[in-house]
Amino acid sequence: MSEALLEVRHLKKYFPITAGLLNRTVGHVKAVDNISLTIRPGETFGLVGESGSGKSTVGRTILRLHDKTDGEVRFKGISVHDLSKTEMNKLRPQMQLIFQDPYSSLNPRIRIGDAIGEALLDHGLAAKEDIPGYVMEVMESCGLSAYHYNRFPHEFSGGQRQRIGIARALALRPEFIIADEPVSALDVSIQAQIINLFQKLQHTKGLTYLFISHDLSVVEHLCNRIGVMYLGSMMETAPRDELFLRPLHPYTKALLSAIPVPIPKLKRERIVLKGDIPSPANPPSGCKFHTRCPYAVAQCKEETPEFRQAGNDHYVACHLV
Amino acid sequence: MSIPTTTTHTARARSPVEASSSLWRQSIRQLSKNKLAVSGFIFIIFMFLICFIGPLFSPYADNKINPAMMHKPPSMKHWLGTDLLGRDVLTRLLQAGRISLTVGLASMALSMTIGTILGIISGYYRGIVDQIIMRTADLLFTIPGLPILFIMGALMSEWKVPTDYRLYLVMLMLSIIGWPGVARLVRSQMLSLREREYMQAAVVLGLRDRRKLFHHLLPNVFPLLIVIATLSIGGAILSESVLSFFGLGVMPPTPTWGNMIDAANNVIDFEKRPWLWIPPGLAIFLTVIAINLFGDGLRDVLDPKQKK
Repeated sequence: MSEALLEVRHLKKYFPITAGLLNRTVGHVKAVDNISLTIRPGETFGLVGESGSGKSTVGRTILRLHDKTDGEVRFKGISVHDLSKTEMNKLRPQMQLIFQDPYSSLNPRIRIGDAIGEALLDHGLAAKEDIPGYVMEVMESCGLSAYHYNRFPHEFSGGQRQRIGIARALALRPEFIIADEPVSALDVSIQAQIINLFQKLQHTKGLTYLFISHDLSVVEHLCNRIGVMYLGSMMETAPRDELFLRPLHPYTKALLSAIPVPIPKLKRERIVLKGDIPSPANPPSGCKFHTRCPYAVAQCKEETPEFRQAGNDHYVACHLV
Repeated sequence: MSIPTTTTHTARARSPVEASSSLWRQSIRQLSKNKLAVSGFIFIIFMFLICFIGPLFSPYADNKINPAMMHKPPSMKHWLGTDLLGRDVLTRLLQAGRISLTVGLASMALSMTIGTILGIISGYYRGIVDQIIMRTADLLFTIPGLPILFIMGALMSEWKVPTDYRLYLVMLMLSIIGWPGVARLVRSQMLSLREREYMQAAVVLGLRDRRKLFHHLLPNVFPLLIVIATLSIGGAILSESVLSFFGLGVMPPTPTWGNMIDAANNVIDFEKRPWLWIPPGLAIFLTVIAINLFGDGLRDVLDPKQKK
């Protein structure tokens, strides 16, 4: 196993639920509950799960947009949440975030050239007079034209705006990029372009991605390793081919059986889960998935399954495996 | 980490980059299509011009008391007649306009400055500072504005504040009444802006606080500020007029539109000498209407969410 670029150990992020006149805390939404993952340099780690499973919160807690509740995030061996505000700001250029919504993630009153270049100024990474040239170079590498420099975000389409968001993150020359559902707000033809852009940039700049998505086919296309989340917990992580060919967790199996296949006559066994995802404020005891699991046994209700190795680089949290 | 620069791109940067329409320019274009707002704006400019330039050409600008000319109705010599001391009403009306408009502008500027600074501090830093500022604002909100102004005006009379200073004190009083509203609006705008995704992007990019405040947040608060500033000028002119009408604001001989309509308090003047109180009344009415029309137009363009 090569050296990890990012290591997340037992990360927890609880959001307090407050009520009453005095804002007393009456409970917690366990958005991220004991997540561990390792990302190696140069790979693309895909994080999948249904809406509300805490994927985005993992990404944002890694970048310290949220403070952690417990656990540890190590980037190149540095514990991110223990840094002071100034030290953290120094580290920020190395890890960047690409947002889901290309419309709300750009300030409508800032010209895109400035939006891409301003962080360089604040970090002292480039001299003021060098910035326009460099920014145009980055813009072109992201499929924008240099003459877009002085335009405002409202003059662009969704796909172009997402390219601006990517350029803004790339301008800082990060090593690690968290892409938080970067294509789910775009239509399918543009999705393909942006995904290809991600791949091209990875090859030319040697980037490492944490790719958050709920679209399994996108993840299959792009990622080397995949983690499946359910209700704030990691259910299974495995290399891509392993996960798609030999899924171990019942939840992963159910997810994979839901991918549409372009062969109409092919009869597949479709595992349909009963009910809805339970509330993360009051998650089920034991294995969080037992309420919807077709194979659940008595043990699942009581004991939380350990996240253990079940093959080469394949980890799973299930009693039955 | 250093960033390589290529000469080709720097050269291209200097070549004319395609002009782009900012949100500001779009707003001005949109505003110019609103006829009411444009006529309001033209009227405001007109009012300012004649109030500040008009008296320079008046033969009665020295306000000399002329017992022979008391209470004369409008004539060719005195277009709007004369008052009880034989002074020209038109000249006084314009001089009063200077004072009233200045009071409106100055107290607006003052309450905007206080309100914006406190609102930004509240909304950006939150916590205990926010609590202190907002509870103070709430306190000022709980007491109706007019009674406070009356009490303060009465105190000024009690302490025999010189007439010259009263003018400035009135401005100060009006801005004390005005800032909590501004601070609240600015704070709420800041609170909503700081949760926007582009502000989270600013955090991830590691931008400095100064850049976040002045480059990212303030330009987005600015449209709202312009709208409330415009509308509050009208309010300030009205409040000043009310105070002066009751003899608690700016005192004669300094003329303001408010203390000129005071003539209507006198039954004989009210019935027999309408040229004393109709012109200042109309001036207040038209100016405030014009300001509000312009302000509404601005709001439609700059702050579409508040449109009714």
